[in-house]
Amino acid sequence: MTIAPEMIKWEGTLEDLAHLVSPRALTGETVLLNMGPQHPSTHGVLRLLLELEGETIINTVPDIGYLHTGIEKNMEAKRYEQAITMTDRMDYLAPMSNNLVFCLAIEKLVELDVPERAQVIRVLMAELTRLNSHLVWLGTHAIDVGAMSMLLYCFREREQILELFEIVSGQRMMSTYIRPGGVWRDLPPAFMPALERFLDYFPARVDEYEALLTNNPLWIDRTQGIGIITPEDAIAMGLGGAILRASGVNFDVRKAVPYSGYETYDFNVPLGIHGDTYDRYLVRIQEMRESLKIIRQAADRLKKLKGPFRSDNRKFVPPPRSELGRSMEAVIHHFKLWTEGFKAPKGEVHVMIESPRGVIACYLSGDGSNKPHRVHFRTPSFINIQAIPMVARGHLIGDMVAIIGTMDPVLGDCDR
Amino acid sequence: MQPKRDPVTSLREAFPDAIQEVVEFRGETTVYVTPAALPEVARFLRDGDGLLFNFLVSVVGVDYLPEQPRFAVAYHLYSLLYGHQLRLKVRLNEDEAVPSVTPIWPTANWQEREVYDMFGIPFTGHPDLRRILMPVDWDGHPQRKDYPLGYETVQFSFNFDEIERNKPYAKG
Repeated sequence: MTIAPEMIKWEGTLEDLAHLVSPRALTGETVLLNMGPQHPSTHGVLRLLLELEGETIINTVPDIGYLHTGIEKNMEAKRYEQAITMTDRMDYLAPMSNNLVFCLAIEKLVELDVPERAQVIRVLMAELTRLNSHLVWLGTHAIDVGAMSMLLYCFREREQILELFEIVSGQRMMSTYIRPGGVWRDLPPAFMPALERFLDYFPARVDEYEALLTNNPLWIDRTQGIGIITPEDAIAMGLGGAILRASGVNFDVRKAVPYSGYETYDFNVPLGIHGDTYDRYLVRIQEMRESLKIIRQAADRLKKLKGPFRSDNRKFVPPPRSELGRSMEAVIHHFKLWTEGFKAPKGEVHVMIESPRGVIACYLSGDGSNKPHRVHFRTPSFINIQAIPMVARGHLIGDMVAIIGTMDPVLGDCDR
Repeated sequence: MQPKRDPVTSLREAFPDAIQEVVEFRGETTVYVTPAALPEVARFLRDGDGLLFNFLVSVVGVDYLPEQPRFAVAYHLYSLLYGHQLRLKVRLNEDEAVPSVTPIWPTANWQEREVYDMFGIPFTGHPDLRRILMPVDWDGHPQRKDYPLGYETVQFSFNFDEIERNKPYAKG
């Protein structure tokens, strides 16, 4: 079959982008080059239209591509508890952080309390998620810049974290472990020994990464002075997480707007000085060490802290399976919650937390029914990719991979 | 450093006509302003003494169909210095436009493009108002309440031909 001309979807002409490139691009004096989506450093769907003069980047027009997950729209058609499964799929390197922000928003909307043991488990999982995500970042960033073996080492360690997730939730990535009112179930007996093994094994590995990279002349050449972001620019562009802190802005949601009891843990917020790629690398490495400190404290608390792992408010939280054989009331609650779900009042809440990539915020609006009226996630990758043109201007095309890598984008996190 | 000031009282003093309503819910403050006054209010909140809302966390479009006015755009502000939060909200009808806050908070650029793409709300004065998530020639705005959710039939052996017939592309 031949394709009729009107069936060919054309994404627009150069005139549509004329305000984003210099006038010389229209006359052909500078070169327009598409980088990605096939380039390995562009994560699958990200496309960067670069305007080049020689090898120097003058302008960048990012195009985040079409993943079409439709997560926010789909969540409006699902009940609150069903919708949690969608949040895992948003940022597939930090599923527990996404679970957490959505559950915190639900809890704020319906005024549901969380028992202390559940809070500690949540903090533990959120920090393991940060390690998990930073390991993938470090491996892929290093391979983009040219260090092959880092990827193998980082994925070797990440495997152990995924195993921990598998022990608690039965799933390696799409865990849906954090639920409104607490967590899905208590930590199984196999979890704490496995966590102890991991905590014994991992700190020395972080030292190994630093031994490989921190003073490596090639690594320093490729990252120092590349992609400098001033603190003013970082705030104006709304950047968060390690990118903001590498520019020297001391803003960590865990300290500034504490949630899940983060104010009771002892940890530092690493800051950078220069705001370049190298500082962002150092900040993330330090963050891994700080996460280990938090995990160690949480693990110690869990040994002493017994008690419920989930709220006993039967309006929102299903009863334990074991009660169903004895209590008619439990059967009714179970049936009501799994067929109708719970109703949330009319109103809107906004919760932000610190995900591995920066500030992730959830806007949740209820309308009195059992489905969310509107869910919106302010996802860090979306904001970070927006800043790439600002960061890349004036650098060589070879530095572009380092700049994309240091922004740590996850394109699933960027889509709606 | 100026002492922290309550944003609502400051706004009531500075813009007595622009504030439509103030709502408190679950410890969060929502200030409804008229679209015309939005840039002034936003600039005041960003630069005002004791306010300094310098971090725009998110821009969210909401569709309240069948209510009138139908749409709302919510701006979630945070102050890195004082640590207080505020939600600015603008209500508007279907054919109304909102002034862009991109000159005030550059981070609003893509977020406003997203609201424009998903709800069809135009932003006047936006430097680069193009679609961002959907193709340029897409009909409709997917996150409106009257836009169907849509689905694709799963392809099995018994309905293979029927589904294949409706797919015009990618024929070998």
